[in-house]
Amino acid sequence: MPLSPDEAGRFADLLEKQADGLVARWAELVGGSLLGRMSRPELERQTRDLQKSFQQALASGARDLTDAEAGELRAQLGELSSNRARQGFSANETAVSVFALKQAVIELLGDTADAQALRGYVAFSAFVDGAALFTFDSYVRVREALIADQAEQLLELSTPVVKLWEGVVAVPLVGTLDSARAQVVMERLLQTLVETGSPHAIIDITGVPAVDTQVAQHILKTVVAARLMGADCIISGIRPQIAQTIVALGIEFGDIATKSSLADALRYVLGKNSYKVVGANRTER
Amino acid sequence: MERVPVLKIGDILLVSIQIDMEDQVALQLQEDLAERIVATGCHGVIIDISTLDIVDSFVGRTLATIASVSRVLDAETVVVGMRPAVAITLVELGLSLPGIRTALNVELGIEMLARSRAETEVELDDEDDADQAAVTTS
Repeated sequence: MPLSPDEAGRFADLLEKQADGLVARWAELVGGSLLGRMSRPELERQTRDLQKSFQQALASGARDLTDAEAGELRAQLGELSSNRARQGFSANETAVSVFALKQAVIELLGDTADAQALRGYVAFSAFVDGAALFTFDSYVRVREALIADQAEQLLELSTPVVKLWEGVVAVPLVGTLDSARAQVVMERLLQTLVETGSPHAIIDITGVPAVDTQVAQHILKTVVAARLMGADCIISGIRPQIAQTIVALGIEFGDIATKSSLADALRYVLGKNSYKVVGANRTER
Repeated sequence: MERVPVLKIGDILLVSIQIDMEDQVALQLQEDLAERIVATGCHGVIIDISTLDIVDSFVGRTLATIASVSRVLDAETVVVGMRPAVAITLVELGLSLPGIRTALNVELGIEMLARSRAETEVELDDEDDADQAAVTTS
């Protein structure tokens, strides 16, 4: 049941005349649920802004939240929920900030309200519900954007390629290896091989919590691609449990060298390049 | 039709492919290279594909054929400078270019040829010793 024009006008008047009392009661209702995580003046400022937007939207004859007249209000609500989402408030707490207006208004109407006023109130209530749902929607959207950003940052952060020795680079893999990450790792490793001209690469999987057939497939692809380019790959950091899983799953690493630790892998590569690791103060015998 | 130049540097023939590898170009290169190996008596071939964006199955097979032909003519072939994107595509297609030796760049390719040449020469020396030993005992 949308608001009729004169009902909207009446509520706009009410919001304007009783502004101070309404904002105080409204902020009080919201403050209870926020449990002191937001300062009182800050909350009152936000509430007052909201009250003004509601009042303007109603006064200009908005019958529904999707009307052009309610554009200002929508922007205000969107900003409120995106701020709340970034500050770590829950979606519930954000929606309550709007719902509380209903209780504050019915308290103002009090016992004097007749049937006509109550009918108006029901329409007004539907309007506020729409507004609260809108905040919920924008809250979720902001949260999803945040999660997507973080996933991207994680992707960038977690795949360094480090140089261990002249002609030897290593990729310490940390965390679960899904297709997207495997792709990034593969591209970055191959690119580094070309840039540095390193004929040896060590893929260290100490930080990978579990190896299933898919993860193994990704690693194998990387090794084969590196071979095609003329570089040799070694897999290191295989923990005992992972070794058992690999055998149990029947994954074949073929003729790819596997070592239990990064140190072993480095020693192996140096040995292949005719280096020999000798303690500095040990006398040659 | 465009042709890929074959350069002789010391004991090595260097082929740097800088045009699109159409099928006809690939076949022509295969013929030219066989002739040049015989004409120059080189023992190493380096094929640089660092400017190639696309390596399809035909080019892959031609490279493998070139490697086999050169081996018959006693020349080792090394394919160098494959781009990461090309390598990834080949792996995704399941083409692992069997029988082709690869190196990251021309420099490492030359080193690889020098190393394998040194190994075969050591083997030759051993054979000479064995022959002499056979002569002395008889």
